[in-house]
Amino acid sequence: MSSVGTTPVVATAMGAATGDAMASATRITPGNALRPEDIAGKVAAGSVVVPQDVASYALRLGDDALILAQRLGWWVSRAPELEEDIALSNIALDLLGHARSFLSYAGGAWGKTEDDLAYFRGEDEFCSAHLVEQPNGDFARTIARQLVVSTFQHLLYNRLVDSQDATLAAISAKALKEVDYHQDHAYQWVLRLALGTQESRRRMVNGLDLTWPYIAELFDDDELIDRLEGIAVRPSSLRVAYDCRITQILAEAELDVQEVPRAAGGGRSGRHSEYLGHILAEMQVLAREHPGATW
Amino acid sequence: MATQDSDHHAVANADGDETAAAGQAYFDKIIAADSRIEPPDWMPDGYRKTLIRQISQHAHSEVIGMQPEGNWIGRAPSLKRKAILMAKVQDEAGHGLYLYSAAETLGIPRDVLNDQLIAGKARYSSIFNYPARSWADMGAIGWLVDGAAICNQVPLCRASFGPYGRAMVRVCKEESFHQRQGFEILLELANGTPAQKQMAQDAVDGLYAPALMMFGPPDSDSAHSSQSMAWNIKRFSNDELRQRFVGMIVEQVKVLGLTLPDDDIRFNEETGKWEYGELDWDEFNEVLAGRGPCNAQRLTRRREAHENGAWVREAATAYAAEKAKREQVA
Ligand SMILES: [Fe+2]
Ligand SMILES: [Fe+2]
Repeated sequence: MSSVGTTPVVATAMGAATGDAMASATRITPGNALRPEDIAGKVAAGSVVVPQDVASYALRLGDDALILAQRLGWWVSRAPELEEDIALSNIALDLLGHARSFLSYAGGAWGKTEDDLAYFRGEDEFCSAHLVEQPNGDFARTIARQLVVSTFQHLLYNRLVDSQDATLAAISAKALKEVDYHQDHAYQWVLRLALGTQESRRRMVNGLDLTWPYIAELFDDDELIDRLEGIAVRPSSLRVAYDCRITQILAEAELDVQEVPRAAGGGRSGRHSEYLGHILAEMQVLAREHPGATW
Repeated sequence: MATQDSDHHAVANADGDETAAAGQAYFDKIIAADSRIEPPDWMPDGYRKTLIRQISQHAHSEVIGMQPEGNWIGRAPSLKRKAILMAKVQDEAGHGLYLYSAAETLGIPRDVLNDQLIAGKARYSSIFNYPARSWADMGAIGWLVDGAAICNQVPLCRASFGPYGRAMVRVCKEESFHQRQGFEILLELANGTPAQKQMAQDAVDGLYAPALMMFGPPDSDSAHSSQSMAWNIKRFSNDELRQRFVGMIVEQVKVLGLTLPDDDIRFNEETGKWEYGELDWDEFNEVLAGRGPCNAQRLTRRREAHENGAWVREAATAYAAEKAKREQVA
């Protein structure tokens, strides 16, 4: 009879994360004005001009979202509970939407579509951070990665809505609402796993330990960021708020923040972990078998 | 004491009989009026059992059905298709949830049903025991499998058991999106490169007969049909629904510019019905008996997901219990 005990709990964690979890995912929400297609349309019509640097920045944001969506998609039909199949695929779907918008916009600088960029770039042309490439591991490791990414993205989009670049601001405004749910989903699960059973606590600690080395890269500034003052958000400027939020959550979960040496990084300039090649191999295989085809 | 006891018993029995008789009369009246039975109402055991079997099989089908399509989420050939497919599979998980909830109103908890599924003791739609080898299968599954599901389920929106009928209303709305996205995938492929068109035709060829068999065995061999119809659960026979479905897809396949792998399809002017070629019911029974191409794979995945998730569900339960305890103390 464990469902009597677990269902409401899991459903609560999930419900918080997805709003109306019962809403059809294939129905188009009215008022969701900013779709990737709209951005692609404006870019193609030349009504929006995309400067190179802005495109490079949009590509970073898009690649982070795309690779994480690709990772999370694996959970569909493998989650601990049906409610989590829905929650994780819902998060993946949101991230994929963000990726499509950012890539459609970035492509405007080079005459490329979102699909040209997703399917026909090589590994060294991707600029995602190493964190999003890391394996799903068990549910706790996925949740640890979600906690970090959603916290980071929430802070980022919350500032990017004030960007001087109207398209980046608009994409961020839509993404912000969704990432807010992602953050709550991760938070709810960190509490449950950390304070649930000995086994879940052990796994949560392990998941976080595997995640910590990849955090520093998210907050690295570089020359591109220097050139985009007022348009991009300086990653290092988010660090204090990030630490503050994470420390709060971990304290509530009775966990410590570990000081660990940072992993190499380099994702923003195309130097990736070994994992990305495999992710792209899967993602790109069919599109590349049929170059020039439409789907 | 003994007499008192047995007297007591006899009284209780008479009471029970009276309640049952009144219940049966109410039930019969509701069915005759084509109204709805609700969970607290008295219902015959057979009615309850039939509904539990049907609703749980349907729920299991939604859940297992996530796998063949989940197989292509990672490789979807455009980001738009990836998003639509992800959303569709997510909908199917939602369908599973509403249906398990409908079954729970009949007094059977979801984890009991899930245990039956992973123990290989429950059935789900055989169609999901076929492999989804190519991207075009995503099109053919949407068009044919969701399409057949719609034909089956639209009449179920009027099923006499309230929670089932209401779940079906919601499910059917989404299924029509699913069919349309499948049709669009095939249409795009059929108008694409020669390799894409071939992929589409192969997928239709492979799924046509299994989709027709989704309506269940021919009326002559259908064990549960007539009673279900008397109870207003089922409204049309398996063969009637199958004929209707053939009539639908025979028109749609022309728009696709593809063909159905059946030379015997024709409209019989006299009966006003669509006829189709002989179906291989031996194969159907083999798959149903667990010897289809993917039965073992599908069940293994479901079992592994459930077992690997046990510690997560335990953590959620322990956390809730601890929280409730703390709140009580406070
Ligand atoms: Fe469904
Ligand atoms: Fe469906």
